[in-house]
Amino acid sequence: MSENNKKSFLEKAAESQVWKSIFRGGGVPRNRRQRMMSVLNSVFLHLHPVRLPKHAVKLKFTWCMGGMSFFIFLILTISGILLMFYYRPTIEYAYTDIIDLAEQVPFGIMRELHRWGAHAMVITVWLHMFRVFMTGSYKPPREFNWGVGVVLLLLTLLLSFTGYLLPWDQLAIWAITVGGNMARATPFLGSEGPGAALLAIGDINFITMASDARFILIGGRFMGEAALLRFYVLHCIGLPFIIMIFMAVHFWRVRKDGGISTPV
Amino acid sequence: MPDGKSTVTKSPEPKAPAALGKTTKDIEGLNRRSFFSWLSFGWVGFVAATGGFFTMLLRFLFPNVLFEPVQTFRAGFPDDYIKGEVSTKWKDKYGVWIIRNDLGIYALSTVCTHLGCTPNWLSSSKKFKCPCHGSGFKATGINFEGPAPRPLERYRIVQADNGEIIVDKTQKYQQEKGQWSDPEAFLMV
Repeated sequence: MSENNKKSFLEKAAESQVWKSIFRGGGVPRNRRQRMMSVLNSVFLHLHPVRLPKHAVKLKFTWCMGGMSFFIFLILTISGILLMFYYRPTIEYAYTDIIDLAEQVPFGIMRELHRWGAHAMVITVWLHMFRVFMTGSYKPPREFNWGVGVVLLLLTLLLSFTGYLLPWDQLAIWAITVGGNMARATPFLGSEGPGAALLAIGDINFITMASDARFILIGGRFMGEAALLRFYVLHCIGLPFIIMIFMAVHFWRVRKDGGISTPV
Repeated sequence: MPDGKSTVTKSPEPKAPAALGKTTKDIEGLNRRSFFSWLSFGWVGFVAATGGFFTMLLRFLFPNVLFEPVQTFRAGFPDDYIKGEVSTKWKDKYGVWIIRNDLGIYALSTVCTHLGCTPNWLSSSKKFKCPCHGSGFKATGINFEGPAPRPLERYRIVQADNGEIIVDKTQKYQQEKGQWSDPEAFLMV
């Protein structure tokens, strides 16, 4: 009886059925095995290593740039969802909605947070890549995760590029105009790219202005509302969905390949 | 030996394979060989269905009807344009310069051939100058300075029955391909 009285509130809560039903294994972990099991039994924690060597997390070695990138990604996700409550992806409203977000909506800093966060994430991802390269952390058995990281870099840049268009100001229109013209020069799949003429039967061209890589990107032959809508969908749904899958694999492989920044 | 085995009283084990063999034979004579032929049918069907799905997905992204501004417009009568001058009145609305020289009239695209910005007509120095990277073009559309790799494009230009000029932006003519000599790339007046 006296022992029961000594138990703290948290300890009692940890023995309740509600706690045990939510956290598999239940109870407060008291030894190494239980601590390990509590990590392995959580869908969120199991992406991370159970324990880390003290030297491996030294800031001067890791720069924490991978962690910063993920942290900024979370900020961008939350602020981005909030922005979606006010922003309408049409030529009529896109620009004025951005002005509205900055000047009238409470906490106009939300839009700035999203914009500057996007710049910051590109920088931290590059620095993360630079650190991984300089410490030789791309070597086997981590070479696959380096590849996953390159895909993540590409997706970060694509997210940045698709978001750039959404304010529909002069900067945005010219950026997508130039980007679209680059797609037009895609080998084989761009109407003005090398090899496009080879994909033809007689006089019938299959890769034309209305069927090439640029067309599928901007949803038309000329820059307009279809391009804005396509980039909006890619920016808010398509690319975040893909990047989250690759991020889960990336974090999980860090654990499986020997943890962060430890020689293996 | 078989007798000895059968006398052992392990009821579930000997029964199970016998029962399985019976049912498979009873269903449709499914033996090892026909199982694999059905399996290959299954795989072909699966691959075809998956391929069809992704084909649909790709095709879905190519719309049949485009809600884009009209690409053909009437640009007034030839007399509206003065010889030796570049008209910028259709630049903002349609992205076209109309230029008349001693021989006739042609319609130039306002899209820079470097990276797609819009150059400005500088009447004092008689050239198109792109603000993005400094490409320069003569009034004919020929590039002569900056990074632009080729001349500006010309659009199809014809006359309607009443003499009005019609500019058709869906058809373009490139100098480096020798298309400027096409009769519809230049309107003789």
